Amino acid sequence: MELTSPTDFAKDKIIALQEYSVLAGNAVTSLFGRPRYFADMIQQADLIGFGSLPIVVLTGFFTGAVLTLNSANSLERFGSLSLLGQLVSVGMVRELGPVLTGLMVAGRNSSGMASELGSMIVTEQIDAMRALGTDPMKKLVAPRVAATVFMLFFLSIISDLLGLVGGSAVASLLLGLDYRQYWSSAWQILKFADVFMGLLKPVVFGFIISTVGCYYGMSAKGGTQGVGRATTQAVVTASVLILLVDFFVTKFLMAIFGYS
Amino acid sequence: MSTSTIPEPSPARPQAAPPIIVFEKVSIAFDDKPVLREVSFELEKGETKAIFGVAGAGKSTILKLALGLIKPDSGDIRVLGEDVTAMAERDLFELRRKIGMVFQESALFDSLNVRDNVAFRLMEEGTVSPEDIEARVHEALSFVELENTIDLFPSELSGGMRRRVAIARAIITHPEVILYDSPTGGLDPVTSTTIIELIVKQRDVSGTSSLLVTHRLQDAFVMASHYFDVQTGHMWPLKDDPKRKIPMTFLILRDGKIIFDGNVQQLSECRDEYIREYIS
Repeated sequence: MELTSPTDFAKDKIIALQEYSVLAGNAVTSLFGRPRYFADMIQQADLIGFGSLPIVVLTGFFTGAVLTLNSANSLERFGSLSLLGQLVSVGMVRELGPVLTGLMVAGRNSSGMASELGSMIVTEQIDAMRALGTDPMKKLVAPRVAATVFMLFFLSIISDLLGLVGGSAVASLLLGLDYRQYWSSAWQILKFADVFMGLLKPVVFGFIISTVGCYYGMSAKGGTQGVGRATTQAVVTASVLILLVDFFVTKFLMAIFGYS
Repeated sequence: MSTSTIPEPSPARPQAAPPIIVFEKVSIAFDDKPVLREVSFELEKGETKAIFGVAGAGKSTILKLALGLIKPDSGDIRVLGEDVTAMAERDLFELRRKIGMVFQESALFDSLNVRDNVAFRLMEEGTVSPEDIEARVHEALSFVELENTIDLFPSELSGGMRRRVAIARAIITHPEVILYDSPTGGLDPVTSTTIIELIVKQRDVSGTSSLLVTHRLQDAFVMASHYFDVQTGHMWPLKDDPKRKIPMTFLILRDGKIIFDGNVQQLSECRDEYIREYIS
């Protein structure tokens, strides 16, 4: 195995970061110029949004359910079982809904984008598109970015709702709690800041998922093996970035909204 | 080491119109390995230039440079009067619409059927009505004799059929110049002849200028020694019509440099050892 010098390694990473930044920037600017590819956006929204719906529904429901099960045990020790709805609500809306939906969509779509665009790169289809006078950034990347950001926003809302439904089901069916009390406390605890935080995160995560997937796809090299490598790297990078950025976004928004 | 053999411009070349493609001292390296070193040549209007060289000699790189898909490290490239090296990507899209390109492995869009592949450029332009697009797709497919494949996907076509669809996609907008990247590579002799006949047909019927990258010397010799007869719909040897001039030249690359640029007669008279061995 060939060893890479630390300098070359650092240079490669900085170049990759630069190329990613250029792609992400171009993807955003491509959304505003002509031609606009609405049909491609709708097709991608269908693939990313409706295609991801089953896994998001299942993830949201069972995350809420298991969160309720675990939290009930702890809250019962302090005689605060009535706070169960609040805990599940805040946990799902602020954190678990957006993050888990992001991770699920990253696993499904970041890899899909990397493999699709990577295959097009290694079979010269992207070069052919450029040769035919079409900008792949506008035709392929921008619709994927717009569709992912748009659909992840709504998928997160669905995930939040299903998480609360899962929690409610466990609370009433397994723990014997009154579902009206659960929903009432879940609703009352939510403030504007919580909802804002929960709705801003999917926008950021959607951008990360799509740009990372497209970046690895568009920079795939080395035939089918290279496409496989790009796919894996896209999922790993997108997932790690989601968790990393989640921390900083949460910290930033907490500081803005004055959370202690 | 053989010496460079770059003869005077071929008398067959028309000199009046400005050149379609000009390479001036173009150099490019990949991973610090030089691929082209100060390469200079011109493609005249109506001329077909066949580019030869061993694998990795930079033949396909020349086509990608001409299209502006990659930028040279140094030198100037002018295509249809535009300085490709100085143009931004968005301006290049306009220029590329006047150039046809047939890729080595066809590079058809595998998620689109033949109709949508061939019509891609027209649909992207957005100025042609669906009826006109359909008519022109049929016209282009009839040129390559593949009208019956219009609803098939690239995966359902043979290698030769894919190349023919790629030619149809390249010619649908009647480009001023066509770049062919190994159009007969990996094909059997019969299919190769069909492809070459199509290229000759495009050359002689439309007078399109073209750069042709190929490994197969015999293909270029066939092109230089045959013409397409519209009446019969077939390719015939030049000896049947000796007055006819074929605007065809040969360019041979070695170690990133041009060692020959001339017509078929100059090539056959060339005494360079490497070239003799190459064409034998």
